[in-house]
This record gives sequence, C-alpha cells and structure tokens, in this order.
Amino acid sequence: MSERSKTVFSRVIVGITGGGFVSLLRTRTIVALILLLLVLVAGIQMARPGTVNPIWISNMLLFAAPLGIVAAGQTLVMLTGGIDLSVASVATASAYLMATHSGLGVAAAILYGLGVGFVVGLINGIGVALLRVQPLVMTLGTGLMTEGMLVVYSQKKMAEAPRVPQFIEDLGAGKFLGGIPNDLIVWVPIAIILIFVLRRTGYGRLLYAVGDNSKACTLAGIRVWRILLVNYVTCGLLAGVAGLIIVGGTDSAELRLAEVYLLPSVAAVIIGGTSIFGGRGGYSGTIVGALILTVLNSILTLLDVPESVRQILYGAIILLLAAAYTRLTD
Amino acid sequence: MSVPAAPNVGLAKRLRRSLRRDPGLFSMPALLIVSLAITVAIHPQFSDFDLQSLAMGALPLAFAAAAQTVVVISGGIDLSIGSAMAVANVLAASAMEKANFAQSLPLAVAVLIAGAIIGALNGLIVILSRIPDVVATLTTGFIWGGVALVIMEKPGGGAPQEFLNLGTGTLFTTWLPNALVLLVVAVGTIWIPLRRSKLGLQIYAVGSDRIAAFRSGVNINRTRFAAYVFSGLFSAVGGLGLTMTTGIGAPLAGVYYTLSGLAAVVVGGVSLAGGRGGMVGPVMAAFVLTLIPTDLIFLNIDPNFGQVIQGTLIVVIVMIGGFVEMERNRK
Repeated sequence: MSERSKTVFSRVIVGITGGGFVSLLRTRTIVALILLLLVLVAGIQMARPGTVNPIWISNMLLFAAPLGIVAAGQTLVMLTGGIDLSVASVATASAYLMATHSGLGVAAAILYGLGVGFVVGLINGIGVALLRVQPLVMTLGTGLMTEGMLVVYSQKKMAEAPRVPQFIEDLGAGKFLGGIPNDLIVWVPIAIILIFVLRRTGYGRLLYAVGDNSKACTLAGIRVWRILLVNYVTCGLLAGVAGLIIVGGTDSAELRLAEVYLLPSVAAVIIGGTSIFGGRGGYSGTIVGALILTVLNSILTLLDVPESVRQILYGAIILLLAAAYTRLTD
Repeated sequence: MSVPAAPNVGLAKRLRRSLRRDPGLFSMPALLIVSLAITVAIHPQFSDFDLQSLAMGALPLAFAAAAQTVVVISGGIDLSIGSAMAVANVLAASAMEKANFAQSLPLAVAVLIAGAIIGALNGLIVILSRIPDVVATLTTGFIWGGVALVIMEKPGGGAPQEFLNLGTGTLFTTWLPNALVLLVVAVGTIWIPLRRSKLGLQIYAVGSDRIAAFRSGVNINRTRFAAYVFSGLFSAVGGLGLTMTTGIGAPLAGVYYTLSGLAAVVVGGVSLAGGRGGMVGPVMAAFVLTLIPTDLIFLNIDPNFGQVIQGTLIVVIVMIGGFVEMERNRK
C-alpha cells in the first residue's frame, strides 16, 4: 500500500550500509532487534559512563523476566490471531490469591495463584475456541470479571492482610551465584520449551497454521478448538506465573499490581515481530522485545523525568519501534 | 443507513431490515425499560433524585460509548478513549478553575477542539504507522494518560457552578435532569447530521466491507481518520461531562471508561466487525450498565459485583450474537 514510504525507509538504510544489510534485516529480523538492543545499551553507557556493569545487566534480566513470561502467553495467543487483554488482571489476581493463602504453606499458595490463571485461561479458551467469541471481547470480559471478583474478594479478606512468603520473595527479587537473577530459573526453561514447541513440534506448526488460516485448518481436519483452548489456558497459566514473580519483586500484593504490564506485554510481542493477525513470528523475537522495553524503562529512569513525561516517552518510543518494524517487514 | 426506502417496500420489511442493521435500536430501549422496572420494583421509593443520579452517573459512560461506536462502526477500535476523556477532564478543570460562566463556555469549546485533535492524532498514527489499531490505540492511550498527568498531577481544579449545573441541575421539572438533556442534545447534534451525511454513509461502508468501499470510490484512509476525529470529539464531551458531574479534574478518572465504554458498545448491539449498529443502543446500554451497581446497592450486594456482571454481559451478548449469525448462515 505505501510502497513509497517503504522504499524511502529502505533507501536510507541501503545508503548507509550497502544493499546486503537490508535483505539480512528483512529475512532475519531478530538481528535488527538485537542490534537495536545493543544500540540502546551503548547509548546508556555513553550517556552515563559506568552504568552498564554486571549488576546492571543482572537487574535488567531480573526485571525483564516477568514481562517476558506474560509476553510468552501473549505471543502464543497472537500467533493464532488473537489477543489477551486479561493477562494483567490475571497476574494481579494470581499474586493476590497467593498472598492471602500464604498461611497454607508455599506450595498451596502457589497452587491458588496458578489456579486463577488456569481458570480464567480456561474460560477464555472455552469462549474463543468453542463459542467463537472474538478474543478481544472475550478477554476484555474476563478481565473485567477477574478484576471485579478480586475487588469483592479483597474486601471480604480485609482481616487477613496478604503476606508474600519468603520463597516467592526470593524468586522475584533474589539472585544466586553472585548475580544470576532467581527468576531466570523460571523464565529460561519456559523460553526453551516454548521455542522448541513452536519450532519443532506438531503443536507448534498447527499453531502457525491456525493463525495463518483457521478455515483451511478446519477443512484439513484439524480440531482448531483444541489448539485454541490449550493456547488460552497456557496464556492464563503464564500470566499467573508472572504475577507470582512480580509480587515477589515488589513484596506487596496490591489490587493494581500488574496493570502496568498489559501494554508492554502486547508491545514486546509486536516489537518482537509477531504479527497480530497471526501465523507469523515467534518467541525469540518477543524475548528481545521484552529486553528492549526493560532497557528502555531503565533509560527513562536514568533521565530522571517525572512519571508523566516518562509515560509519554515510553508510549511514543513503543509507537516508533512498532511502526519502524511494521515498515521493515511488510 | 439513510438510503430512502423504495415506496413499494412494506413497513414490516423496512422494520425487519433496520432490525437486522441495528439490533440495538429496538432491543436496548426494551432492556432499559426492563432494568428500570426492576430498579423500581426493588426500590419502590425511586424518586426524581434517583433519576438525576442515574443520568449523572451514565453521562460520561454514554459519551465514551458514543466515541467508541463511531470508530467501531468504521471497522476500527479505540482503546485510548478513557485517557482522552481524562485529558479533556483535567484540561477543563484546570482552565475553568478561576473562570466565570461566560468564560467557561469558550473554554469548553477549546476542550472540544483539543479532543478532536487527540482523535486526529490517533487516526493519523493508526493510518500512517500501519500498526494494528488495537495496539496503536492501546499505546496512544498510555501516552494521553501521561499527558493528563502532566496537565494535572493530583485531582483538583474546578469549574464555575453554573457550568457544573449543565450536568447536575434539572430542566423545567425535577424529573428532567440536565445531564439527560445534554446527552440527547450533544449526541443528536453530532451524530444525526453525521449519519445522514455522505461521510456517515462512507463510515458504514468502510466498516462493513473495506474493499467494496474502496472499489466504490470511498477514500478509506480519510474515512477512518474522520471516524477517529469524531471519537476524539465525543471523548472530549465525555471529559466535560466528567468535569460537570464530579466538579473536579482527576487524571486517572478516565481509565475506567475505555473498557466500560466498549462494554456498552457491545451490549448496545454494535458489531465489532464494523458496519453494523447505531448510536441509540450503546447510549442506552450505558444507562443499563450504570443501573446494575445501583441495583446491587439497593439489594445490599457488594456493588463491585457490577463489574463482574458487566464482564459477563459482554461475553454472553457477543455469544448470542454469534449464535444468531450461525443460525442465519445455516439457512
């Protein structure tokens, strides 16, 4: 459609770097993303020499992990052409329920937290896969429901103050071996499994196929509803896991705990090169997307501007990145 | 659409056609009457005061729904409406704090223009960046939220009492709240001319089938852009409504209206696929959604269940819509 603007954009790149580079970026978009990440890191280092050190890097990974995990579920859902607007409410509810049940022991508390993710994910899945509600509406509805239920629940539970168990605190904020964040213990296996499943298994291929053309899949005899159902349940569970890590990091279960993760979770997937219309993309891009957004946040914190200005800049940069990316790949 | 019906088309057929095009036009007034009847049944002392607070409560939500409706009919979605309302709200409350009534009216017009500009920026970003509208407006919503915080960090400001009266007073009798009059006048003067104009027809056309509209010579991008401008305008009216009914500006007050407004649109029978639905449904749905927590309070139930019911309603109504569609396709 806008052939002109595309050529202008690519001509600039061709002018700077020579032709081979553009085609490299087009075919291996992850290279572009990693380059962007490195540019951002170099920018920080130049603006504030000495910022980039092992502690900073380990902090970035620590902060990126919950975002990366929420965005993992979001990636799965978006690959099938959907979107999940309930992830933030689910993460908050999971954290809150875990914290109010911490008296039962850590394992039981965690089960309560993940249970929320499972139930909401299952409802989303049933709605989208079996009853064919648009994902946007379905997850919007379940998000509102989860949030409302949580407010009602929190007022009933006023007497028992939510308490974050030590184990969760260690998971969300601690480090081991002199700087490796504990939450990587959760994130890295999730990432490896997800990338493997998407690239190497039949389920992964079906996911892309459904996202690309779900009607064709139905005609080919694939039970599309099963794929979607599993997908939304996984997304809910991952949001629940992320909620536990987030509350471990902040050490206080609040009712608006994970609200700030909704936009970044979608943005990380989009910047990471997964198409919202489905069928194209993958989790490795999302990982880099989550890292880019985390580093960006750190830059904005270093700038020491008021929260309001930070919010504007963050949004504007997300728009620019997403726009540049859409133009580069389309 | 405002295509004049051929004279030989019977009344029944025309009714059936407009029912198909805008299911909310008939079902929503019925649903509103039913929910009002339920309210009166569980709260027999329902008074003019209750009506006034219903109208005031529903006013901002109705405008949020109106703003969303225009964009959804054009086949898009706008997740920044709540933040745009917040910007209009704090703009009005900070500018009008020391103004008198005569000064506040031009200021209100300025706020409306600001709203239209916000809408125009949303439209430009969605069209030029080619980022999917869900993501683009989710992000711009984040940005407008920051803008609202820049204008006013903490809730505050104010407006002259006469201006607040436009949303809180009553006209002629205590049974006719100004908020209701304002809503009907504002939505009527913006929507009816729009819907009857060529642009209105184009908005429906682009929403129902973009390619067909393009082949009929409709400028797709310009039409979508116009829809976002109108959305921004309605959001600004909603922000002014918030100022009137709350009396202050609050940078975070608008957030709630993005999702609830979308809920009202869905409940009001506007198809999220675009091109189908009208304005009566969503606006009335805003009243129904406002009545739910009120009724819960009358019933001594936690009003926070209202949000749960809202979420359930959205899902159930879209499901029913889906089943109707499936049945129709089977025939």
